Amino acid sequence: MDVEFTSEDQAFRAEARKFIEDNYPKHLIGADRGDLSKEDFLAWHKILAEKGWVAPSWPEEFGGTGWTVTQKYIWNEESAAFGTIPPLPFGIAMLGPVIYTFGNQAQKDWVLPGIKSGETWWCQGYSEPGAGSDLAGLKTRAVRDGDDYIVNGHKIWTTLAQHADWMFCLVRTGAEGKPQAGISFLLIDMKTPGITVRPIITIDGGHEVNEVFLEDVRVPAEHLVGEENKGWTIAKFLLGNERSGIAGVARSKKAIDRLREIARGELEDGAPLLESSDFARRISELEIDLTALEYTELRTLASESKGQGPGPESSILKIKGTEIQQRITELTMEAVGNYASPWVPQLDRGDNYRAIGPDHAEGVSQTYFNTRKTSIYGGSNEIQRNIIAKMVLGL
Amino acid sequence: MDLSYSAEDNAFREEVRAFIKEAFTPDIRRECERSKNGYISKDLHITWQKRLYEKGWAAPNWPVEHGGAGFTPTQKFIYTHEMEAAGAPHTIPFGMTMVAPVIMKFGTEEQKAQYLPDILASNVWWCQGYSEPGSGSDLASLQMKAEDKGDHFLCNGSKIWTSMAQHADMIFCLVRTSNEGKRQQGISFLLIDMNTPGVSVAPLITLDGPAKDQQEINQVFFEDVKVPKENLVGNLNEGWTCAKYLLEFERGNPYSGGLHRTLDKLRELAGDIEADGASLLENADFSAKLADLERQVMVMEATELRIFSDVSAGDNIGPGSSSMLKTRGTELQKDVSELAMEAIGQYGLPFVEDTLASTNESDIGMAGVAPITPRYFNVRKTSIYAGSNEIQRNIIAKAVLGL
Amino acid sequence: MDFSFTEEQTLLRNMVQSFVQDNYDFDSRMKIVRSEEGMSREIWGQFAELGLLAAPFSEEMGGLDGGPIDIMVIMEELGRGLVVEPYLPTVVLCGGILSRHASAAQQEANLPGILGGEHIWALAYSEPQSRFNAGDVLTSAKADGEGFVLNGTKAVVAAAPWADKFIVSARISGEQRDRNGIGLFIVDKSASGVSTQDYPTVDGNRASEVTFENVAVSGDALIGDATTGLSILEEALDHGIGAICAESLGHMKSLNDATVEYCKTRKQFGVPIGSFQVLQHRMVDMFMEYEQSVSMTYMVNMKLSEGEEERRKAASGAKVQIGKSGRFVGQEAVQLHGGMGMTEELSVGHYFKRLTVIDTQFGNVDHHLKRFASA
Repeated sequence: MDVEFTSEDQAFRAEARKFIEDNYPKHLIGADRGDLSKEDFLAWHKILAEKGWVAPSWPEEFGGTGWTVTQKYIWNEESAAFGTIPPLPFGIAMLGPVIYTFGNQAQKDWVLPGIKSGETWWCQGYSEPGAGSDLAGLKTRAVRDGDDYIVNGHKIWTTLAQHADWMFCLVRTGAEGKPQAGISFLLIDMKTPGITVRPIITIDGGHEVNEVFLEDVRVPAEHLVGEENKGWTIAKFLLGNERSGIAGVARSKKAIDRLREIARGELEDGAPLLESSDFARRISELEIDLTALEYTELRTLASESKGQGPGPESSILKIKGTEIQQRITELTMEAVGNYASPWVPQLDRGDNYRAIGPDHAEGVSQTYFNTRKTSIYGGSNEIQRNIIAKMVLGL
Repeated sequence: MDLSYSAEDNAFREEVRAFIKEAFTPDIRRECERSKNGYISKDLHITWQKRLYEKGWAAPNWPVEHGGAGFTPTQKFIYTHEMEAAGAPHTIPFGMTMVAPVIMKFGTEEQKAQYLPDILASNVWWCQGYSEPGSGSDLASLQMKAEDKGDHFLCNGSKIWTSMAQHADMIFCLVRTSNEGKRQQGISFLLIDMNTPGVSVAPLITLDGPAKDQQEINQVFFEDVKVPKENLVGNLNEGWTCAKYLLEFERGNPYSGGLHRTLDKLRELAGDIEADGASLLENADFSAKLADLERQVMVMEATELRIFSDVSAGDNIGPGSSSMLKTRGTELQKDVSELAMEAIGQYGLPFVEDTLASTNESDIGMAGVAPITPRYFNVRKTSIYAGSNEIQRNIIAKAVLGL
Repeated sequence: MDFSFTEEQTLLRNMVQSFVQDNYDFDSRMKIVRSEEGMSREIWGQFAELGLLAAPFSEEMGGLDGGPIDIMVIMEELGRGLVVEPYLPTVVLCGGILSRHASAAQQEANLPGILGGEHIWALAYSEPQSRFNAGDVLTSAKADGEGFVLNGTKAVVAAAPWADKFIVSARISGEQRDRNGIGLFIVDKSASGVSTQDYPTVDGNRASEVTFENVAVSGDALIGDATTGLSILEEALDHGIGAICAESLGHMKSLNDATVEYCKTRKQFGVPIGSFQVLQHRMVDMFMEYEQSVSMTYMVNMKLSEGEEERRKAASGAKVQIGKSGRFVGQEAVQLHGGMGMTEELSVGHYFKRLTVIDTQFGNVDHHLKRFASA
């Protein structure tokens, strides 16, 4: 047992930090996610692509960095500590691994480069109005017609679909047997006639998610990934990957630093709020919980570097990670007191908008409301508990 | 809407307080303060209950015709609240509040005449035979058999978690008399004399570490025990109805009086405890925790007042309300006992064997700390017994939310 | 001991309930919130016609002789409809201060405008640095001949964009956080030197930063005197707490009903999700939080007219309860509605947001727990 980093790791950390400091776009430092344009989202992604660091988790032959598990961890830590906008997850973290694991050569050749360069923006067509936690209940149908599939259906909670060029989609191709048995994994060009994207405005006032309607959408059969009716295996593979990065320890650390900074600036009866014993205690409790999560993640990491993939334990990371994120945003909102109330959503701000109250109060309640999603998406925390009950406890 | 008591109610409260002052004598008081599990010695329990009996207050919940106290709902609330607030012994419930209402509702005239007077006068100590090793939350799965042998039932099986069975003269049992139909349909309600040959009691040792013969719970074994037919209450195979009727009575109690008292004692104790050179009460974190519990007890009291002022005499408060009181009340009991244990720090560690802690040895560390840790362990039971809090939530989900 | 409502109170509840049902369904509410002004003058006029604006005032003042219990009934029903019209600041806070502490002349000059629905009022008491301490006052009131001159900034003043008049706390003497030396002044929004920066708030209401720059007011603008200002203000805030506790009951009830209904109809894995015990118990906990909040709301509103110490303790105890319960119920309602709970389209998120603001309004859980402990 050893929690020290080696000198090689230390050197790598210094290199990573320097690269970020030197190259991260200045205008995006501390940017609010809600403010970002499509170009903003991609700016850092493209710089990393050029450096060859955009997909550290991929195997080297497909353009991965060849870093050790520890190096990847360090990279994530440094990125989070600086507060970078991560490369688009839909391609890098979700679809990429699916393609190099299940795709044919032609698919590897055209999909992977577009993901890395940022040229193709992907979105995820999984959930449907009637298929949320019960994903296998999905109804979007793809019927074979010559060399094409004709797709009809309705996807929901599609994150940033408004920017997407392509969508990877779970569709129903068979009605026989268990609901899981008739599902296929299809790549769909968002410019195909018959696709409509409708924004969903969430309670934080932001436009992040969408509904995607598919009406007689013609998709060439060559865009089927893996075998027909075997899409569920891919879906599960992808969900497992999606969960493993979700603990967000480094980003939560940064968020706690910011919280502490805010609490130092807020006054309660003339003294910094940070000196209030109640408030300080609640920050400490958060930090301790986060440390426990960090070590849980490090343990998972250690077994991963011995070649064991992320198991159902990653559900623990998801549950605890999102709960901590929610508590941090809640406490941050509390910290700013009355100035949590002003509410001018991004979409409603005119040119002569001027901030209300202290700068650090800006957007904290939006973030609080937005973060409520984290215990719902990526497999709700209830579903994660079901997974642990079944896979870990054997219930 | 009005929170004040009427003049009559105020007078009644004074009467209750005066009675407590006289009847709650130092011998009983001492054991109550020192008890790890809420029970005191058998003879003192009986002494106390006989004092209530003489006052006419032994059975606040009984109808007047059977010797009930005839309280109005508000009086009943005041009475229980004051008793709790004083820390007076609980009436041993098994006779007075459990089996008696069942006998009144389902028993024959002979049974009423035979059992009720002795319960009222605390001449007979009862215990409850419901749970079995394989039947906890799922009570209807119980297996203890009672075979019809003409003039008697032949009973075989075992009951568990039987409180104070070592003191008991009688036990009321749910037994299986048939395996036909739904599981609930083959259960009967039977009264069994604990002195019958074939009945034996084995103590169960709980986390709080009771001394010999002071255990709170037991397992009771029945081996070819002959029970006269006339000890059946209600109809054969309809005992489940009696059981459900009883459970509602078990839960509809106010908790805030006792919680107030425990918190007051804790506040007093914390004033004497030093932490970093100041009293623990001056510690901001501790006092915040204490204040929050006091506030929650205030909420509990407001809820109790609201619920009890709403029922008219003779009614039950309904399954939703009684389940809510049980759940919240027991959760608070656990929280309060936990904070008390936190307060005494390292003096929570010494273990005192005597359940009543009534020896003359002084406490280790400071006076009054000995029962605190055992009580913390002991009250874990409260969210498990009398229908676990999970079962209470099931009841609310079904009865109130319609789920 | 009596927790029942009078016949008049029951009639009042029925009236407000059906008014809200008929005129303030969720779509109408969102139209009002998104309108330029952010409130409906028409609805406000109807409040006046229905007598809601006169409900808590005595008959001598032209009112209907109600009290905190009547306000409680009204606020609970307004809560069910997520009503944004400024009943709380106008009637409960400012109207309450005027009716309890203003001189006969001040009442005569100002109450008819409130009862008749002509004037909207806002209570300008918090400041950028004051957090939840109403006695932390930097805004100054300098004596100037017979009158005063006000200077300073008030923070997040609810309903200020709509208001015609303010009651403003300002320091006549003493240091920033002295309890003594604070006066409450009636100030016209149109007075020279008053300026506002208006904005929406999280819960669909409107508020302003209000700046007073050499605002001259006459001596009879002062309510009470400099020794009583803060205690009058704190009493008003406790009445405000009684009212928003009731309002939050309306929110929690609506959320609980909606959640149970949703879980009964939403099917996953071939069954209604309400059949899962884990979710049932969550809804039971929501129900119990609501019931506990009901108890505390009744309690605080019955104790508002008692002595200061009793009142403070009751108000802070109740405020902590609804702060915690409201947060729990709101968060769980969103969670159990899944993604749908996150959308603007459903009322769930809007109840949740109002409950979130209520936790902060008049001081949050931490603040009131400390006040409870010191009472």
